[in-house]
Amino acid sequence: MKVVVCVKQIPDPADPGELDPETKTLKRDVKLILDESDSYGVEMALQLVDDAGDGEVHLVSMVPKNEVSGLRTALAMGAASATLISDECLSGSDALGTAKVLAKAIAAQEPDLVLSGTESSDGYTGTVPAQIAELLGLPSVTFAKEISIEGSTAKVKRQTEAGYDDVECPLPAVVSVTAGVVEPRYPSFKGIMAAKNKPVEELTVEALGLDPANVGWAGSRQDIIDIAAAPVREAGEIIEDEGDAHERIVAFLDELKVL
Amino acid sequence: MGLDKIWVFAEAQGDSVASISLEILAKAREIADTVEVFMSGDGDDHAEELGDHGATTVYATGDLDGSLQGSAVASAVAAGIDSGDFDLPDAFILGTTQDGRDVAGRLSVKLDAPVITNVVDLELDGDALVGTEPVFGGSTNVKTRFTSDKVAIFLVRPKSFEAESVGGAEADVEDLDVPDLGAAGGAKITDSFAEETEGPRLDEAAIVVSGGRGMGEKDAFSMIEDLAKILGAAPGATRAIVDSGWVPYSYQVGQTGKVVKPTVYIASGISGATQHLVGMKGSKNIIAINKDSEAPIFAVADLGIIGDVHKVMPKLIEALNNR
Ligand SMILES: Cc1cc2nc3c(=O)[nH]c(=O)nc-3n(C[C@H](O)[C@H](O)[C@H](O)COP(=O)(O)OP(=O)(O)OC[C@H]3O[C@@H](n4cnc5c(N)ncnc54)[C@H](O)[C@@H]3O)c2cc1C
Ligand SMILES: Cc1cc2nc3c(=O)[nH]c(=O)nc-3n(C[C@H](O)[C@H](O)[C@H](O)COP(=O)(O)OP(=O)(O)OC[C@H]3O[C@@H](n4cnc5c(N)ncnc54)[C@H](O)[C@@H]3O)c2cc1C
Repeated sequence: MKVVVCVKQIPDPADPGELDPETKTLKRDVKLILDESDSYGVEMALQLVDDAGDGEVHLVSMVPKNEVSGLRTALAMGAASATLISDECLSGSDALGTAKVLAKAIAAQEPDLVLSGTESSDGYTGTVPAQIAELLGLPSVTFAKEISIEGSTAKVKRQTEAGYDDVECPLPAVVSVTAGVVEPRYPSFKGIMAAKNKPVEELTVEALGLDPANVGWAGSRQDIIDIAAAPVREAGEIIEDEGDAHERIVAFLDELKVL
Repeated sequence: MGLDKIWVFAEAQGDSVASISLEILAKAREIADTVEVFMSGDGDDHAEELGDHGATTVYATGDLDGSLQGSAVASAVAAGIDSGDFDLPDAFILGTTQDGRDVAGRLSVKLDAPVITNVVDLELDGDALVGTEPVFGGSTNVKTRFTSDKVAIFLVRPKSFEAESVGGAEADVEDLDVPDLGAAGGAKITDSFAEETEGPRLDEAAIVVSGGRGMGEKDAFSMIEDLAKILGAAPGATRAIVDSGWVPYSYQVGQTGKVVKPTVYIASGISGATQHLVGMKGSKNIIAINKDSEAPIFAVADLGIIGDVHKVMPKLIEALNNR
């Protein structure tokens, strides 16, 4: 079984950076890491391939400047190989442009299953998985909290507002996984060493057969007209508990007439 | 001057229309002359409620026989546009829900139109619709509009607008034909499960009592449930403890959980990560209990208690019980 996992490499959310007022894109001069949202997809893929008894996990990542540090983490976890798409003309890509690029790179791998996160930690449009599936003409199950493969069918527990749905989906398919579905493994020392020599194919937009006019800023057809600080809440009353703080809470609730 | 026409994707929740859909209708009606609804299932079941909230027509697919809505609804809308059955609207607005995202994502490919996501406000700038999207955990607001002549697709976050009954007549119901979906429509729902819940719904409750990792252990979450019961509140949680399996996902408040705007939000043992804050900082009053005076939750709290939840909560529960 061949599983392709989409992995986004992002600036460390602990240090989220800022929007460049000139280019209106995220300033990315910091080292990139594997998006935590995608560590679950990588782990899930490794487990499914393990359960299947054979197969491999291939990664696909679109990123500026051929950055690989996040990709190496996923390779160190156990993925076999990766496709990396970097191109000047991809700067400013929206989710649809990103999906067009990823879909081309995925199709070249002829996977049985495509995994992704439900939403990335930095852009969180949450639309890329469905867009990839539509571009590839594949079925998709988003918000998976459990996946098992039986023959050529994926059985998925799909999170809903009220609980979950059991969904059956013929392969090949795109499945997006929620956080917490599996416990991502830490790369072992051996894994980290091995990752250094794993094949990473670097591709440009042209090599994928896409028109630069359809991706990047040119393709996004959105215009940011204003960036402003959000109004902040006024600071409230902060007290240290001296054993009677609960009384202040009760009084506060009384003032609000909610008791 | 308003827009001519807006389309809204509506979702059902049990026998009613989901609140997110009614919220979007309220805004759509404010900015456009005509508002039409697209949905799966039986349109007749919802025509009255949708009409009451300002929709004139409901295009409904009928029973999807287990198919997920994403491919089915997107294909039906795109097919209607292709065949010339529909006049293009100025915008298509959906809710940031599981199915809303699926429909928006697939439709954006079919129409080759981008999606503006995580929108919390919509306004007219001339005849262009502009969406406000909070970024960096809500510290910054970005306003975006489309520059193409394609249908503008927006995904709106729950609780961004207030639903409003305007006493409109029952909406006309029209069939929305779903074309052959091919492989893309292969996913089928075989069974559905709902978590048992008592008390008010998390996203509708006047008071929400939420717990986080600072509660220490799963058993201690019973204090949250107890306090919620006394106050007639809904219990909520952070992703940290949902992921740890203390409580089901339906409790989660935040970016990937529910958005709540109660009169009072009590955060107990919650640090106040940006992804949690976006789900609750619209609450009218926020009370936070945290032992770390530097916890970011205090920045949004109206009443902040620097203290140990294991000391404050039991006394609070007792005091309220004794009233
Ligand atoms: C603050 C902010 C707001 C934005 N708002 C919008 C908007 O409203 N509309 C819009 O179209 N674009 C928007 N963008 C741009 C968008 O985030 C990027 O185009 C991004 O490359 C793809 O979208 P995402 O990260 O939101 O994907 P999501 O759909 O949230 O990601 C889901 C999954 O798709 C996969 N994936 C996504 N990107 C990549 C990648 N580059 N490489 C490999 N796998 C990937 C991952 O598995 C990920 O977990 C925004 C960006 C930022 C920083
Ligand atoms: C893409 C993405 C989406 C996310 N979506 C969500 C979401 O929807 N909702 C969400 O909640 N999170 C979400 N998160 C996770 C979020 O970033 C935080 O990790 C999470 O909210 C932290 O939960 P917490 O406050 O319970 O835990 P922690 O951050 O560990 O905080 C625990 C707090 O408890 C305090 N504490 C400890 N012991 C005591 C005590 N005895 N008494 C009083 N206080 C005590 C500590 O001082 C600390 O502040 C998301 C993250 C990502 C990357």
